[in-house]
Amino acid sequence: MSTLTAAWAWLTDPAHWTGDDGIRDRLLQHLALTVVCLFLSCLIALPVALVLGHLGRGGALAVNISNVGRAVPTFAVLVLLLLTPVGRWGEGPTVVALVLFAVPPLLTNAYVGMREVDRSVVQAARGMGMTGRQTLFQVEVPLALPLILNGVRIAAVQLVATATIAALAGGGGLGRIITAGFNLASTPQVVAGALLVAVFALLVEGVFEAVERLAPAWARGGR
Amino acid sequence: MTAPPDDCLARNEWICGAYLSTRRQILLDAVVQHLQLTFLSVLIGLAVALPLAVLARRWGWAAGPVLAVTTVLYTIPSLAMFSLLLPLYGLSATLVVAGLVLYSLTLLVRNILAGLRAVPEETRQAARGLGYGPVRLLLAVELPLALPAAMAGLRIATVSAVSLVTIGAIVGFGGLGNLIYAGMNTYFKAQVLTASVLCVLIAVAADLLLLGAQRLITPWAGAART
Repeated sequence: MSTLTAAWAWLTDPAHWTGDDGIRDRLLQHLALTVVCLFLSCLIALPVALVLGHLGRGGALAVNISNVGRAVPTFAVLVLLLLTPVGRWGEGPTVVALVLFAVPPLLTNAYVGMREVDRSVVQAARGMGMTGRQTLFQVEVPLALPLILNGVRIAAVQLVATATIAALAGGGGLGRIITAGFNLASTPQVVAGALLVAVFALLVEGVFEAVERLAPAWARGGR
Repeated sequence: MTAPPDDCLARNEWICGAYLSTRRQILLDAVVQHLQLTFLSVLIGLAVALPLAVLARRWGWAAGPVLAVTTVLYTIPSLAMFSLLLPLYGLSATLVVAGLVLYSLTLLVRNILAGLRAVPEETRQAARGLGYGPVRLLLAVELPLALPAAMAGLRIATVSAVSLVTIGAIVGFGGLGNLIYAGMNTYFKAQVLTASVLCVLIAVAADLLLLGAQRLITPWAGAART
């Protein structure tokens, strides 16, 4: 119990919040890394998944890439990137690793969402004279939206976790508070950092949960 | 004074045969620790998850809270999870196992529960009509039918555990992660690459092994349902 009290004291000490590498800085870094990399990953993964799903090609790739992403340790990729020339660009390895691990869930969920759209609806759209592009954007994407958004949510949670591990390989973000705590052998700081990370991750999950609740019924789907 | 040898170790190359031959024992120890940590955590996770899933299935009201807690646990990043357990277990292998158990538990409970729920009501009624009591119904009908889903969960949990063990390096019990961590601090490219590749190989081998086991114990599921 005393560790928790000490961790709480560490968290509520105003000196730890301000200044370079204070909690506020680390929080903003973590948020920036998560948001920027989520945007980048969506930009890369969603167009590919939507086109593949629309054409019905490359399904094995889109589905198996998730399994590959799970088998490769995040930490190993971070360190490998750090030792390559990418490692010289500051946050380079972190950004590349974050994007690499956010792409598989986005790709798999969006692809599966597109393929699960009722084929008869797609055929009806074609029968009404819709072009391929119209079918994609006005029929398939809206119907696949619940699964696409589910992929975005999994990717966001994954990004928060990966950004934390990036601290082990010298990246910025809230994980740095934990690794600094380990280096100082300060259990209260380690626990305080871990609490911040956990609350941050749960907040991200909560935001997506709230968006899902507030979204119109058709965007929620059956899930 | 001999001149430093001009081999791939001295040149710090990514792929290095001399590394494999000179560090064989270190690599072997790391692989053994990696396997032990993975195996122990998945096994404990399975032992806890099975009764939890069965209880959540039996009492509908328990399913909501069980799934909510597992979702929260799964959302917490691994580094934070290990750190939160630090006051309880200190810098020990137990800490790594405890953290990994929580993750495997989550994946297994969800999958086993989904498998149990997918058992058709007619099947259950048919078994009851044949005079099956609740225990026999569970053991002889529901659990076997839930096996494919449970095995899918077990494969995901095992592969994830193999990859998450590496984070245990922060407390010095990370199997191959220890080598990656040490290699990062000394810019030892061959060590980082070798340990990373071994890690992926262990994950793939474990996955294939479980897939084979699944085919053996659920011959009725056929090859298409994997």
